[in-house]
Amino acid sequence: MNTLFAFFAGLLFGIGLIVAGMANPGKVLGFLDLDGAWDPSLVLVMAGAIAVSSIAFFAAKSRSLSLLGLEMQIPKSRLIERRLVGGSLLFGIGWGLAGICPGPAFVLLGTGMAKGFVFVIAMLAGMGLFEWLARKTKLQD
Amino acid sequence: MIIDWNHFTPWLSLGGGILIGAAVAMLLLVNGRIAGISGIAGGLLRPVRGDRAWRVAFLAGLVLAPLLYRLILPLPEIHVNTGIGTLIVAGLAVGIGTRYGAGCTSGHGICGISRLSPRSIVATLAFMFAGLITVYVARHLISWGS
Repeated sequence: MNTLFAFFAGLLFGIGLIVAGMANPGKVLGFLDLDGAWDPSLVLVMAGAIAVSSIAFFAAKSRSLSLLGLEMQIPKSRLIERRLVGGSLLFGIGWGLAGICPGPAFVLLGTGMAKGFVFVIAMLAGMGLFEWLARKTKLQD
Repeated sequence: MIIDWNHFTPWLSLGGGILIGAAVAMLLLVNGRIAGISGIAGGLLRPVRGDRAWRVAFLAGLVLAPLLYRLILPLPEIHVNTGIGTLIVAGLAVGIGTRYGAGCTSGHGICGISRLSPRSIVATLAFMFAGLITVYVARHLISWGS
């Protein structure tokens, strides 16, 4: 049951990305290019998404179990360490190079574009490399 | 700064954002999970902990979204002008960076900011800053990658 709902959540997320124009890396780069002709669309995507999901997170505060009776797994850490900032900066560099972040990468894969496939394989390889390094150095998730 | 009015899509982007927010709300309230794409994908690459099925299902939904969309409407234009070499470097950086930084545009940018997590606010500022600088350098300083 939870698998089915996860599937529909993913589908809805993907449709949202397509409608918002965020499955188009060219449009994302248009947002990141402040010095050229700037496309502010991404700000509105974030605003729309945050407006809805902040209500859900507020509602989730008083719950210890989800509607399906599963444990609510919301991160609790408040630590701002070097790893958080360093990793995010590296992600930002990759995002700026291609205009693709993980969500749109999977949507691009579904369009059948060869470049989407290449990006997803490289991204998964990067994630696998992280897992390997994390296991070697006993780094926590 | 000049606004690119030809490409700016305020209503579609706001509407698409609301759909994304609804998907985040659904996964949170029904499954008790954060819709952070890098975390969902990255979790598949570690030793089995019995929580793979929902991850695979969510990612399958993302991949099938354009196919479903295409049944009803033609897909909006998609431009990937980045060369293969740059694409591979970018993918590696996104993969390592999001796992090391524990989140991406969805996990930190949408979910984290929605619950006012100081970690996610810092992470979002960091990747936005790095993204803006990278595009500035690649497009305006060295004209590379596109």
